[in-house]
Amino acid sequence: MTTATRYTGTAISLHWLAALLIFATFPLGVYMHELALSPFKLKLISYHKWLGVTIFLLTVARLAWRATHTPPPLPKTIPAWQQRAADGVHLLLYALLLAIPVSGWLMSSAKGIPVVYLGLVQLPDLVDKDKALGDLLAGIHQVLNFGLLALVGMHIAAALKHHFIEHDATLRRMLPFIKGDQP
Amino acid sequence: MRIPHRYFLPLLLACAPIHSQAAEFNLVQTDKSTLAFAYKQMGVPMEGNFGKFSVRINFDPARVNAAQAQIEVDLASIDTGSNEANDEVAGKQWFNTKMFPSAQFVSTGVKALGGNRYEVLGKLTLKGKAMDVAAPFTFRQEGAAGVFDGAFILKRLDYAIGEGAWTDVSAVANEIQIKFHVVAHAAPAKK
Repeated sequence: MTTATRYTGTAISLHWLAALLIFATFPLGVYMHELALSPFKLKLISYHKWLGVTIFLLTVARLAWRATHTPPPLPKTIPAWQQRAADGVHLLLYALLLAIPVSGWLMSSAKGIPVVYLGLVQLPDLVDKDKALGDLLAGIHQVLNFGLLALVGMHIAAALKHHFIEHDATLRRMLPFIKGDQP
Repeated sequence: MRIPHRYFLPLLLACAPIHSQAAEFNLVQTDKSTLAFAYKQMGVPMEGNFGKFSVRINFDPARVNAAQAQIEVDLASIDTGSNEANDEVAGKQWFNTKMFPSAQFVSTGVKALGGNRYEVLGKLTLKGKAMDVAAPFTFRQEGAAGVFDGAFILKRLDYAIGEGAWTDVSAVANEIQIKFHVVAHAAPAKK
Protein backbone atom coordinates (compact mmCIF):
# COMPACT_ATOMS: atom_id res chain seq x y z
CA MET A 1 0.00 0.00 0.00
CA THR A 2 1.31 3.42 -0.90
CA THR A 3 0.68 6.35 1.37
CA ALA A 4 -0.46 9.54 -0.33
CA THR A 5 2.23 12.20 -0.29
CA ARG A 6 -0.12 15.09 -1.04
CA TYR A 7 -3.49 16.27 0.16
CA THR A 8 -6.40 15.45 -2.11
CA GLY A 9 -7.67 18.00 -4.62
CA THR A 10 -10.68 18.60 -2.38
CA ALA A 11 -8.57 19.30 0.69
CA ILE A 12 -6.21 21.57 -1.27
CA SER A 13 -9.13 23.54 -2.77
CA LEU A 14 -10.84 23.96 0.59
CA HIS A 15 -7.60 25.03 2.27
CA TRP A 16 -6.76 27.77 -0.24
CA LEU A 17 -10.35 28.95 -0.43
CA ALA A 18 -10.33 29.28 3.37
CA ALA A 19 -7.02 31.19 3.17
CA LEU A 20 -8.47 33.57 0.57
CA LEU A 21 -11.62 34.21 2.62
CA ILE A 22 -9.65 34.76 5.84
CA PHE A 23 -7.33 37.22 4.09
CA ALA A 24 -10.41 39.13 2.88
CA THR A 25 -12.50 38.97 6.06
CA PHE A 26 -9.84 39.90 8.62
CA PRO A 27 -8.70 43.20 7.07
CA LEU A 28 -12.29 44.02 6.14
CA GLY A 29 -13.20 43.72 9.81
CA VAL A 30 -10.33 45.97 10.89
CA TYR A 31 -11.12 48.56 8.19
CA MET A 32 -14.90 48.77 8.55
CA HIS A 33 -14.66 49.10 12.30
CA GLU A 34 -13.03 52.53 12.00
CA LEU A 35 -15.47 53.98 9.45
CA ALA A 36 -18.13 56.54 10.31
CA LEU A 37 -21.67 55.25 9.93
CA SER A 38 -22.72 55.24 6.27
CA PRO A 39 -24.52 52.93 3.83
CA PHE A 40 -21.04 51.84 2.72
CA LYS A 41 -20.17 50.80 6.27
CA LEU A 42 -23.48 48.93 6.69
CA LYS A 43 -22.71 47.03 3.49
CA LEU A 44 -19.17 46.17 4.53
CA ILE A 45 -20.39 44.93 7.92
CA SER A 46 -22.93 42.71 6.18
CA TYR A 47 -20.33 41.35 3.76
CA HIS A 48 -17.99 40.69 6.69
CA LYS A 49 -20.72 38.70 8.45
CA TRP A 50 -21.53 36.72 5.31
CA LEU A 51 -17.84 35.93 4.81
CA GLY A 52 -17.60 34.83 8.45
CA VAL A 53 -20.55 32.46 8.10
CA THR A 54 -18.96 31.09 4.91
CA ILE A 55 -15.66 30.48 6.72
CA PHE A 56 -17.54 28.65 9.48
CA LEU A 57 -19.30 26.39 6.95
CA LEU A 58 -16.04 25.83 5.09
CA THR A 59 -14.32 24.85 8.34
CA VAL A 60 -17.08 22.31 9.08
CA ALA A 61 -16.53 20.86 5.59
CA ARG A 62 -12.77 20.70 6.18
CA LEU A 63 -13.24 18.95 9.53
CA ALA A 64 -15.53 16.46 7.77
CA TRP A 65 -12.72 15.86 5.29
CA ARG A 66 -10.26 15.32 8.16
CA ALA A 67 -12.65 12.91 9.84
CA THR A 68 -12.86 10.77 6.72
CA HIS A 69 -9.28 11.03 5.40
CA THR A 70 -5.76 10.59 6.73
CA PRO A 71 -3.61 13.61 5.89
CA PRO A 72 -0.37 12.84 4.08
CA PRO A 73 2.40 12.39 6.64
CA LEU A 74 4.97 15.09 7.29
CA PRO A 75 8.50 14.35 6.02
CA LYS A 76 10.31 11.99 8.45
CA THR A 77 13.14 14.48 8.74
CA ILE A 78 10.96 16.70 10.93
CA PRO A 79 11.54 16.07 14.65
CA ALA A 80 8.64 14.57 16.61
CA TRP A 81 8.19 17.65 18.80
CA GLN A 82 7.78 19.83 15.71
CA GLN A 83 5.22 17.39 14.30
CA ARG A 84 3.28 17.62 17.55
CA ALA A 85 3.57 21.41 17.50
CA ALA A 86 2.23 21.43 13.93
CA ASP A 87 -0.71 19.26 14.99
CA GLY A 88 -1.39 21.60 17.90
CA VAL A 89 -1.34 24.70 15.68
CA HIS A 90 -3.68 23.04 13.19
CA LEU A 91 -6.09 22.06 15.95
CA LEU A 92 -6.10 25.60 17.33
CA LEU A 93 -6.58 27.06 13.84
CA TYR A 94 -9.65 24.89 13.30
CA ALA A 95 -10.97 25.82 16.75
CA LEU A 96 -10.57 29.55 16.05
CA LEU A 97 -12.12 29.27 12.59
CA LEU A 98 -15.23 27.96 14.34
CA ALA A 99 -15.09 30.15 17.44
CA ILE A 100 -14.46 33.47 15.69
CA PRO A 101 -17.56 33.36 13.45
CA VAL A 102 -19.64 32.16 16.40
CA SER A 103 -18.39 35.04 18.57
CA GLY A 104 -19.29 37.45 15.76
CA TRP A 105 -22.75 35.91 15.40
CA LEU A 106 -23.41 36.18 19.15
CA MET A 107 -22.06 39.75 19.12
CA SER A 108 -24.49 40.67 16.33
CA SER A 109 -27.41 39.26 18.29
CA ALA A 110 -26.34 41.03 21.49
CA LYS A 111 -26.01 44.29 19.58
CA GLY A 112 -29.52 43.82 18.21
CA ILE A 113 -28.57 43.37 14.56
CA PRO A 114 -29.24 39.77 13.59
CA VAL A 115 -27.19 38.03 10.90
CA VAL A 116 -29.08 37.42 7.65
CA TYR A 117 -26.71 35.25 5.62
CA LEU A 118 -26.35 36.62 2.08
CA GLY A 119 -29.40 38.76 2.83
CA LEU A 120 -31.49 35.59 2.55
CA VAL A 121 -31.23 33.30 5.56
CA GLN A 122 -31.71 34.77 9.01
CA LEU A 123 -29.69 33.05 11.73
CA PRO A 124 -31.49 32.69 15.04
CA ASP A 125 -30.48 34.98 17.90
CA LEU A 126 -28.89 32.75 20.55
CA VAL A 127 -28.64 35.64 23.01
CA ASP A 128 -30.97 38.57 23.64
CA LYS A 129 -30.07 42.15 22.92
CA ASP A 130 -27.77 43.31 25.71
CA LYS A 131 -25.32 46.18 25.27
CA ALA A 132 -22.85 45.03 27.94
CA LEU A 133 -22.82 41.50 26.52
CA GLY A 134 -22.39 42.94 23.02
CA ASP A 135 -19.33 44.92 24.12
CA LEU A 136 -17.91 41.86 25.89
CA LEU A 137 -18.40 39.69 22.79
CA ALA A 138 -16.83 42.40 20.62
CA GLY A 139 -13.76 42.21 22.88
CA ILE A 140 -13.72 38.40 22.67
CA HIS A 141 -14.08 38.53 18.88
CA GLN A 142 -11.10 40.88 18.73
CA VAL A 143 -8.89 38.83 21.07
CA LEU A 144 -9.67 35.60 19.20
CA ASN A 145 -8.71 37.35 15.97
CA PHE A 146 -5.37 38.44 17.39
CA GLY A 147 -4.87 34.79 18.29
CA LEU A 148 -5.72 33.80 14.73
CA LEU A 149 -3.32 36.40 13.35
CA ALA A 150 -0.50 34.98 15.50
CA LEU A 151 -1.26 31.36 14.58
CA VAL A 152 -1.61 32.07 10.86
CA GLY A 153 1.71 33.90 11.06
CA MET A 154 3.36 30.82 12.61
CA HIS A 155 1.62 28.52 10.12
CA ILE A 156 2.90 30.52 7.13
CA ALA A 157 6.38 31.02 8.59
CA ALA A 158 6.72 27.28 9.24
CA ALA A 159 5.50 26.38 5.74
CA LEU A 160 7.94 28.81 4.14
CA LYS A 161 10.83 27.65 6.36
CA HIS A 162 10.25 24.01 5.32
CA HIS A 163 9.96 24.95 1.67
CA PHE A 164 12.79 27.42 1.25
CA ILE A 165 15.20 26.56 4.05
CA GLU A 166 14.75 22.85 4.76
CA HIS A 167 13.79 22.13 1.13
CA ASP A 168 11.41 19.38 2.27
CA ALA A 169 7.96 18.34 0.97
CA THR A 170 5.86 19.88 3.76
CA LEU A 171 4.38 22.74 1.71
CA ARG A 172 4.26 20.78 -1.55
CA ARG A 173 1.72 18.46 0.09
CA MET A 174 -0.71 21.39 0.02
CA LEU A 175 0.31 23.27 -3.13
CA PRO A 176 -2.12 23.22 -6.03
CA PHE A 177 -1.14 22.89 -9.68
CA ILE A 178 1.97 20.77 -9.19
CA LYS A 179 2.57 17.18 -10.20
CA GLY A 180 2.08 15.07 -7.14
CA ASP A 181 3.87 12.18 -5.57
CA GLN A 182 7.46 13.31 -5.86
CA PRO A 183 9.22 12.69 -2.58
CA MET B 1 -49.11 65.96 30.94
CA ARG B 2 -48.08 62.78 32.63
CA ILE B 3 -48.41 63.73 36.24
CA PRO B 4 -52.02 64.92 36.27
CA HIS B 5 -53.11 61.62 34.72
CA ARG B 6 -51.84 59.76 37.73
CA TYR B 7 -54.31 61.75 39.79
CA PHE B 8 -57.17 61.55 37.32
CA LEU B 9 -57.21 57.82 37.04
CA PRO B 10 -57.87 56.84 40.65
CA LEU B 11 -60.43 59.64 40.86
CA LEU B 12 -62.12 58.40 37.76
CA LEU B 13 -62.23 54.83 38.87
CA ALA B 14 -63.55 55.86 42.27
CA CYS B 15 -66.27 58.14 40.97
CA ALA B 16 -67.87 56.49 38.02
CA PRO B 17 -68.05 52.96 36.72
CA ILE B 18 -67.57 53.39 33.01
CA HIS B 19 -70.34 52.49 30.64
CA SER B 20 -68.34 51.31 27.73
CA GLN B 21 -70.92 51.72 24.98
CA ALA B 22 -71.32 55.45 25.42
CA ALA B 23 -67.83 56.39 26.51
CA GLU B 24 -65.48 58.71 24.74
CA PHE B 25 -61.88 57.64 25.23
CA ASN B 26 -59.81 60.77 25.56
CA LEU B 27 -57.44 60.44 28.54
CA VAL B 28 -54.31 59.06 26.97
CA GLN B 29 -52.09 56.98 29.24
CA THR B 30 -48.74 58.10 27.87
CA ASP B 31 -46.71 55.73 29.99
CA LYS B 32 -48.68 52.75 28.66
CA SER B 33 -48.52 53.88 25.05
CA THR B 34 -45.72 53.15 22.61
CA LEU B 35 -44.59 54.43 19.25
CA ALA B 36 -42.29 52.01 17.47
CA PHE B 37 -40.93 51.45 14.00
CA ALA B 38 -39.54 48.57 11.99
CA TYR B 39 -37.48 48.51 8.82
CA LYS B 40 -34.92 46.49 6.95
CA GLN B 41 -31.23 47.29 6.89
CA MET B 42 -29.24 45.17 4.43
CA GLY B 43 -32.14 42.71 4.52
CA VAL B 44 -31.94 42.54 8.31
CA PRO B 45 -35.17 43.26 10.23
CA MET B 46 -34.55 46.13 12.66
CA GLU B 47 -36.71 47.78 15.28
CA GLY B 48 -36.70 50.97 17.27
CA ASN B 49 -38.98 53.39 19.04
CA PHE B 50 -39.58 56.97 20.10
CA GLY B 51 -39.39 57.58 23.83
CA LYS B 52 -41.18 60.94 23.92
CA PHE B 53 -44.42 61.74 22.18
CA SER B 54 -47.79 63.15 23.15
CA VAL B 55 -51.15 61.95 21.94
CA ARG B 56 -54.55 63.56 22.08
CA ILE B 57 -57.44 61.34 21.20
CA ASN B 58 -61.20 61.70 21.22
CA PHE B 59 -62.70 58.40 20.24
CA ASP B 60 -66.17 57.09 20.94
CA PRO B 61 -66.81 53.78 19.18
CA ALA B 62 -70.46 54.81 18.94
CA ARG B 63 -69.56 58.09 17.20
CA VAL B 64 -66.62 57.24 14.98
CA ASN B 65 -67.26 60.12 12.59
CA ALA B 66 -66.50 62.61 15.36
CA ALA B 67 -63.26 60.91 16.35
CA GLN B 68 -60.05 62.93 16.37
CA ALA B 69 -56.40 62.27 16.97
CA GLN B 70 -53.30 64.41 17.22
CA ILE B 71 -49.82 63.10 17.80
CA GLU B 72 -46.63 65.03 18.33
CA VAL B 73 -43.36 63.14 18.33
CA ASP B 74 -40.09 64.40 19.80
CA LEU B 75 -37.78 63.15 17.06
CA ALA B 76 -34.64 63.42 19.19
CA SER B 77 -36.12 60.82 21.52
CA ILE B 78 -35.56 58.13 18.88
CA ASP B 79 -33.92 54.89 19.93
CA THR B 80 -32.65 52.93 16.94
CA GLY B 81 -30.82 50.45 19.13
CA SER B 82 -27.36 52.01 19.01
CA ASN B 83 -25.96 55.38 20.11
CA GLU B 84 -24.05 55.72 16.88
CA ALA B 85 -27.22 55.41 14.81
CA ASN B 86 -29.19 57.67 17.19
CA ASP B 87 -26.63 60.44 16.66
CA GLU B 88 -26.67 59.85 12.92
CA VAL B 89 -30.46 60.07 12.48
CA ALA B 90 -30.64 63.33 14.47
CA GLY B 91 -28.31 64.88 11.89
CA LYS B 92 -29.08 66.99 8.82
CA GLN B 93 -29.35 64.14 6.37
CA TRP B 94 -31.98 62.40 8.49
CA PHE B 95 -34.42 64.21 10.77
CA ASN B 96 -32.38 67.39 11.17
CA THR B 97 -33.81 67.72 14.67
CA LYS B 98 -32.22 71.15 15.19
CA MET B 99 -34.48 72.63 12.52
CA PHE B 100 -37.35 70.14 12.78
CA PRO B 101 -37.50 68.90 16.35
CA SER B 102 -40.88 67.23 16.10
CA ALA B 103 -43.24 65.40 13.78
CA GLN B 104 -46.98 66.07 13.91
CA PHE B 105 -49.92 64.02 12.88
CA VAL B 106 -53.37 65.61 12.78
CA SER B 107 -56.32 63.48 11.83
CA THR B 108 -58.87 64.57 9.25
CA GLY B 109 -61.22 61.68 9.80
CA VAL B 110 -61.77 58.15 11.06
CA LYS B 111 -63.54 55.40 9.15
CA ALA B 112 -65.07 52.25 10.58
CA LEU B 113 -63.89 49.22 8.59
CA GLY B 114 -66.12 46.71 10.34
CA GLY B 115 -65.71 44.75 13.55
CA ASN B 116 -63.06 46.34 15.72
CA ARG B 117 -61.17 47.67 12.72
CA TYR B 118 -60.90 51.33 11.82
CA GLU B 119 -58.78 53.61 9.71
CA VAL B 120 -57.54 57.04 10.65
CA LEU B 121 -56.74 59.51 7.89
CA GLY B 122 -54.71 62.63 8.39
CA LYS B 123 -51.72 64.79 7.65
CA LEU B 124 -48.26 63.85 8.80
CA THR B 125 -45.79 66.73 8.96
CA LEU B 126 -42.18 65.65 9.07
CA LYS B 127 -39.04 67.62 8.22
CA GLY B 128 -41.10 70.47 6.80
CA LYS B 129 -43.18 68.28 4.51
CA ALA B 130 -46.87 67.56 5.09
CA MET B 131 -48.44 64.53 3.45
CA ASP B 132 -51.62 62.52 3.72
CA VAL B 133 -51.35 59.22 5.50
CA ALA B 134 -53.87 56.51 6.30
CA ALA B 135 -53.35 54.09 9.14
CA PRO B 136 -55.59 51.11 9.86
CA PHE B 137 -55.97 50.30 13.53
CA THR B 138 -57.92 48.12 15.89
CA PHE B 139 -59.72 49.28 19.00
CA ARG B 140 -60.61 47.15 21.97
CA GLN B 141 -61.69 47.80 25.52
CA GLU B 142 -59.85 46.27 28.41
CA GLY B 143 -61.75 47.21 31.52
CA ALA B 144 -61.66 50.96 31.79
CA ALA B 145 -59.05 51.31 29.09
CA GLY B 146 -59.46 51.68 25.38
CA VAL B 147 -56.54 50.18 23.48
CA PHE B 148 -55.65 51.36 19.98
CA ASP B 149 -53.19 49.32 17.91
CA GLY B 150 -52.25 50.30 14.42
CA ALA B 151 -49.52 50.53 11.85
CA PHE B 152 -48.77 52.04 8.49
CA ILE B 153 -45.90 52.17 6.05
CA LEU B 154 -44.05 55.45 5.70
CA LYS B 155 -41.70 55.87 2.77
CA ARG B 156 -38.80 57.76 4.28
CA LEU B 157 -37.66 59.31 1.00
CA ASP B 158 -41.08 61.02 0.62
CA TYR B 159 -39.97 63.16 3.55
CA ALA B 160 -36.27 63.30 2.63
CA ILE B 161 -35.43 61.22 5.69
CA GLY B 162 -31.96 59.99 4.81
CA GLU B 163 -30.40 62.26 2.20
CA GLY B 164 -27.13 62.09 0.32
CA ALA B 165 -25.55 58.65 0.47
CA TRP B 166 -28.44 57.49 2.66
CA THR B 167 -30.90 57.66 -0.26
CA ASP B 168 -29.48 54.21 -1.02
CA VAL B 169 -32.48 52.07 -0.14
CA SER B 170 -30.47 48.87 -0.58
CA ALA B 171 -28.73 49.75 2.69
CA VAL B 172 -31.71 51.17 4.61
CA ALA B 173 -35.09 50.31 3.11
CA ASN B 174 -37.41 53.10 2.00
CA GLU B 175 -40.37 51.45 3.71
CA ILE B 176 -40.51 52.15 7.42
CA GLN B 177 -43.35 50.54 9.34
CA ILE B 178 -44.68 52.84 12.04
CA LYS B 179 -46.49 51.00 14.84
CA PHE B 180 -48.54 52.74 17.48
CA HIS B 181 -50.08 51.37 20.63
CA VAL B 182 -52.17 53.90 22.53
CA VAL B 183 -54.02 53.33 25.77
CA ALA B 184 -56.69 55.85 26.71
CA HIS B 185 -59.27 55.99 29.44
CA ALA B 186 -62.72 57.43 29.14
CA ALA B 187 -63.57 60.70 30.79
CA PRO B 188 -66.77 60.74 32.78
CA ALA B 189 -69.61 61.84 30.56
CA LYS B 190 -70.51 65.51 30.95
CA LYS B 191 -74.27 65.92 30.84
